[in-house]
Amino acid sequence: MFDSIQKKLSKAFKSLKGQGKLSEKNIKDAVKTVKMSLLEADVNYKVVKEFVEKVKEKALGKEVLESLTPDQEFIRIVRDELIELMGGNEKPKLNISRRPAYIMLVGLQGSGKTTHAAKLAKYFKKQGKAPLLVAADTYRPAAIDQLVQLGKQIEVPVFTGDRKNAINIVKEAMDHAEKLVHDIVILDTAGRLHIDENMMQELEEIKKITQPDEILMVVDAMIGQDAVNSAKEFNNRLELDGFIISKLDGDARGGVIISIRQVTQKPIKFVGVGEKVDDLELFYPERYASRILGMGDVLSLIEKV
Amino acid sequence: MGFFNKIAEGLKKTREKFFGNIKTLFSGRILDEDVLEELEEIMILSDVGVESTKDILEKLKERYKKEKSEDPLLLLRDIMVEHLDNKPLNLNPDKKPFVILVVGVNGTGKTTTIAKLGKLYKEKGKDVVFAAGDTFRAAAIEQLKEWGKRLNINVIAHSHGSDAAAVAYDALNHAISKNKDVVIIDTAGRLHTKSNLMEELKKIKRVIQKVIPDAPHEILLVLDGTTGQNGIIQAKVFKEAIDLSGIAITKLDGTAKGGIAFAINQELKIPIKLIGVGEKAEDLQIFDPEMYCNALLGIEE
Ligand SMILES: Nc1nc2c(ncn2[C@@H]2O[C@H](COP(=O)(O)OP(=O)(O)OP(=O)(O)O)[C@@H](O)[C@H]2O)c(=O)[nH]1
Ligand SMILES: Nc1nc2c(ncn2[C@@H]2O[C@H](COP(=O)(O)OP(=O)(O)OP(=O)(O)O)[C@@H](O)[C@H]2O)c(=O)[nH]1
Ligand SMILES: [Mg+2]
Ligand SMILES: [Mg+2]
Repeated sequence: MFDSIQKKLSKAFKSLKGQGKLSEKNIKDAVKTVKMSLLEADVNYKVVKEFVEKVKEKALGKEVLESLTPDQEFIRIVRDELIELMGGNEKPKLNISRRPAYIMLVGLQGSGKTTHAAKLAKYFKKQGKAPLLVAADTYRPAAIDQLVQLGKQIEVPVFTGDRKNAINIVKEAMDHAEKLVHDIVILDTAGRLHIDENMMQELEEIKKITQPDEILMVVDAMIGQDAVNSAKEFNNRLELDGFIISKLDGDARGGVIISIRQVTQKPIKFVGVGEKVDDLELFYPERYASRILGMGDVLSLIEKV
Repeated sequence: MGFFNKIAEGLKKTREKFFGNIKTLFSGRILDEDVLEELEEIMILSDVGVESTKDILEKLKERYKKEKSEDPLLLLRDIMVEHLDNKPLNLNPDKKPFVILVVGVNGTGKTTTIAKLGKLYKEKGKDVVFAAGDTFRAAAIEQLKEWGKRLNINVIAHSHGSDAAAVAYDALNHAISKNKDVVIIDTAGRLHTKSNLMEELKKIKRVIQKVIPDAPHEILLVLDGTTGQNGIIQAKVFKEAIDLSGIAITKLDGTAKGGIAFAINQELKIPIKLIGVGEKAEDLQIFDPEMYCNALLGIEE
């Protein structure tokens, strides 16, 4: 279904051979190709529109370097712009200075919060820290059991409290963490819709109580156009510190990375690349630019130039 | 609350925030480039996808001229409805036991949809049994058991890490010997790109057919309503591996429109059968093409 953008682009640029400059007219097809490609990658419609305008601006009047064909020059502009949008060269970083530090995971149903709570706990444990997992999802059947089993697997304690009321569980967990000198407390919360007022208030309450160092929203890499609506709303309500993109081990192009970054201006910090507790990586923008464009080799070609 | 009301309610909140009222936006307007672009935007923002949107809008242009329609949006709705297969789920099957296999990528709502289906069949007076075929994810078995307890439905389960096909095998034999009407088999979430896991699904199907040769009678792909264009590849690969008889789209109580299911139906001819509109057992609706298209396009009835 997704024809290689390379093929499409070189077709779009065929007529350009021998012309020195990129102009409104000769990049028209190429711009359209990029637009289509981004939409097929699920980048939000409005974000795509803004993006291609920006690319056009940057590209117009550009001299085509001797060593590059016009399509390579154009795609370099696109690629650089995409990386810029995803955060450029900024290094993924968690701000956890307090002791204990609190990390709160939030997001839509089934996005991967519970799994990533365990992955993060393992990640910190490997750094010699003493994490505590808190099971604050009292709604989904067996959500607490799920976290308990994951905790057992990675040998990290899981606080379950009364298993009934998320707010109480969180409060008790705070006492518990202080007493037992945990340095990082990771809160798993129930999946919820951004338009569910009561459930969003619950998160605000948990935030108020714990004053988390990091509030991270876990977002499914396969999500489509609506990603901006949920991310915007979670960010409005909670002032997120960043995102974790889960399920990037599949073949989803991950346009959501662009969309949510653009509408919230908050960084992606981690990506999930599998169901196992070790399948967690830091986020590096360069790796995802070519994926979103649906292209492989062109970029490494440009890299060498 | 019915499917449309619930979706419409969700949509109303979204619309107020993000779109404004769509219905009044279009009536009386002619189908010029501006309107076409607005319609394209609505469809792409609903995850219908570039290709399907293009096809449908081409048809719209053609028909609009011929039929001199008053409202391009309503005509668009009608065209979309015509493009959807309408093969409802069989609620009174003659096969006994009627076997439903439920598959999909991670976290889409398989287990919850099974609970909802169990309730639906139970209300039709059917004797239902669940098979806890997700032996991989932490507490997946406990999750289905909890639903079984709430709905008073028997759950056949082995231990964590055991062979999923063996669970299905036992559940079918149990159903035959206990004269059950419906068997619903849960499976672990799996990305369609993991070929070993797709092989496992084929094996589950083969084992089912050893017990009951014409089963499974339904193979449902559970698709997250928020899913974007990757949904088409998912459906394609699952279809190639084990064939699919229908789609259940979940989480349509949010602001996502599930337009990818439309594209899948169009391209792969897999009919949409069920709609999930919440986390409770009763939050399941039999698919209705017109309501779905209304909700997708933001048309109030
Ligand atoms: N392939 C893959 N699967 C993942 C990844 N992260 C999570 N999953 C799977 O996605 C499904 C949902 O994950 P959960 O951690 O239960 O999601 P959740 O957000 O806690 O779900 P709720 O609590 O129900 O809202 C499970 O099957 C996980 O194994 C990932 O990075 N890759
Ligand atoms: N809002 C909403 N949430 C739903 C719906 N269906 C399922 N969910 C929620 O989505 C999350 C995942 O549901 P599950 O049924 O566990 O999904 P699954 O496909 O079995 O997940 P895995 O087995 O981990 O692959 C849970 O939090 C459910 O409560 C729905 O129609 N609407
Ligand atoms: Mg969870
Ligand atoms: Mg499940």
